[in-house]
Amino acid sequence: MDTLPVASGDAAEPLTPAQLRELYSLMVAVRHLDTSAIAWQRQGIIPGYAPELGQEAAQVGSGYAVDTTRDFVFPTYREMGVARTMGVDMVAYMSTHKATWHGGLYDPLESRLAPIQAVVAGSVLHAVGWAHGQTLDGTDGVALTYFGDGASSQGDIHEALNFAAVLKAPVVFFVQNNGWAISVPTERQVAGGSVAARAAGYGMPALQIDGDDVVAVVEATRRAFAHARAGNGPVLIEAMTYRRGPHSTSDDPGRYRSLDEERDGAGTDPLERFRQRLLADGIADEAFFAGALAAAKAEEDQIRTGIQALGSRPGTEMFDLVFQETTPALQAQAANWREESEHV
Amino acid sequence: MSNSILEGALIVESPAATTVMSMQQALNRALDEVLAENPKTLIFGEDCGRLGGVFRITDGLQAKHGEQRVFDTPLAESGILGMSVGLAMAGFHPIPEVQFDGFAYPAINQIVCQIARMNYRSRGTLPMPITLRVPSFGGIRAPEHHGESLEALFAHVPGLKVVSPSNPHEAYHLLKYAATRPDPVIFMEPKSRYWQKGEVDLARHDAAGGSPTGAKVMREGRHLTLVAWGAMVARCLQVAELAAEDGIDIEVLDLRWLKPIDAAALAASVRKTRRAVVVHEAPLTSGLGAEVAQLITQSCFDTLRAPVERVTGFDVPYPSGDLEDEYIPNIDRILFGIQRVLEYKRG
Repeated sequence: MDTLPVASGDAAEPLTPAQLRELYSLMVAVRHLDTSAIAWQRQGIIPGYAPELGQEAAQVGSGYAVDTTRDFVFPTYREMGVARTMGVDMVAYMSTHKATWHGGLYDPLESRLAPIQAVVAGSVLHAVGWAHGQTLDGTDGVALTYFGDGASSQGDIHEALNFAAVLKAPVVFFVQNNGWAISVPTERQVAGGSVAARAAGYGMPALQIDGDDVVAVVEATRRAFAHARAGNGPVLIEAMTYRRGPHSTSDDPGRYRSLDEERDGAGTDPLERFRQRLLADGIADEAFFAGALAAAKAEEDQIRTGIQALGSRPGTEMFDLVFQETTPALQAQAANWREESEHV
Repeated sequence: MSNSILEGALIVESPAATTVMSMQQALNRALDEVLAENPKTLIFGEDCGRLGGVFRITDGLQAKHGEQRVFDTPLAESGILGMSVGLAMAGFHPIPEVQFDGFAYPAINQIVCQIARMNYRSRGTLPMPITLRVPSFGGIRAPEHHGESLEALFAHVPGLKVVSPSNPHEAYHLLKYAATRPDPVIFMEPKSRYWQKGEVDLARHDAAGGSPTGAKVMREGRHLTLVAWGAMVARCLQVAELAAEDGIDIEVLDLRWLKPIDAAALAASVRKTRRAVVVHEAPLTSGLGAEVAQLITQSCFDTLRAPVERVTGFDVPYPSGDLEDEYIPNIDRILFGIQRVLEYKRG
């Protein structure tokens, strides 16, 4: 499905071999960090994690279209691949899974990535507001906002799509339909079977794409960005993918899907698929793949070391970061806490 | 009715500097000035633009400041508040309106989980300078969900500040103050007082030099402190007049800020009067009166002559217009509350 008018200009430019290799390197880095994070959880390094195994193409491909000098991204809690692609400090990003600070320790303004938050669909409206702010300021920034098939059931998604369409706000709504909202499959979640189909009701162009084909994802997202950036209003992309792993490190998919179902639903691994394509097209060779994996391992090693070195934030931050202008009651509670907990 | 407020409120202010206007006019004027003073302020909500709001608080502002600064949104409160978050992230100061108190409920997720927490979640890098105007409380014979008192709910949420003006002067100054703060403020407008006129000193908020974040003594007295906010302040001032005829000298404290509560002002007043009654429209149980009573008890336990009394709405859904007067604390019920405190005998 593709109701987006054919865009002109740079959106249509094909990816260069160097860019294709970069995309592969990013996907390997994300895959390795993602699977390692599960190991970290098992080893007690972090208390929990929401893996994105199988969604590397959707996340790296969409994140690759972002221009961090002018765009802004609104993630859920499963967009590690997007963050990595955007060049966010990954120790600061993964600190949310270390339970250091809810939103992560990265600077959202500098990173152009809104803080991680856990109410699905909650941040999608923020993207609409931010994007409308760009219109009011006369800039050409675009908001990219993520949600899944599960979140598509939330009323805030309807409100966000409608507001964006009414305001003609420059937003790209990127749906990762990974087939599962924890234990509930898409067919019990999305009436009509497609989130992209709903865009028509808002008069909004939409694309339903193969979310496991990283090149298709980059191209679709670039087209959507070009459309929104040109002042034509929002676009919805539904990237069809598959959550190959559990919902989180606390989840047990064996209770709601069989291994056979998992194999059938997942299809070919997007990373392996891309590798075969690069080989077939003569864009990369085994030496390149080995180098990319080695780099990914070195990177993961560095991030893990950084995460292990992260101490707890000082307890005073509980009080100091509630308001810009604190209150006497909060100051009194902080003083009381200091006295009774730190014995000073 | 408005005279009784003025007698209590404006004790020493120069008549030359004051203007008589309704609370609706005072709020409108404050918004007009805020728009003129800060190009990043935006006003939006349901019917806020062309119509000027169902209470006409934003009347004429779109014509004057343009459709980009003052605009109508689709009819969806979560959308209005969620959009405010994004606009604040983009450097704006949104002043959204929720058309009636009860319509804040559909936006609770955005208010509680997003607006109240974004500064904290982002470690102070994404402040939420959002001034949410909510026409509040009862008293106008309106349909269901148009007469709610949500202050305790909002005050309970970490990250929100809550304020309610009691008269046009307070409305003008508190709104101007709230709309220049870097933190989210829930601005609860007592809709039953929108059309009552009063004197507004545009130049000075508090002639006595008090803090704009504090409570305010609206009438001084020696025997008992009535603590109230919003529309109940005017009623308490009436009660004080009546009680004075019986020789009972009542102090009326307009709490103004419901979060943070000015605990020092409560303490100062009740240390002097040694008796207190707190009055609110919201239901009794877990209402803000309980918080006020505890703050007074904590600071004045040794001097209190009686337990702090609460005169409030009942633990019932806000009733239909015909029963409204039975629900909202009226003069008689407040006088009974005062009597219970005055006649209290230690066991």
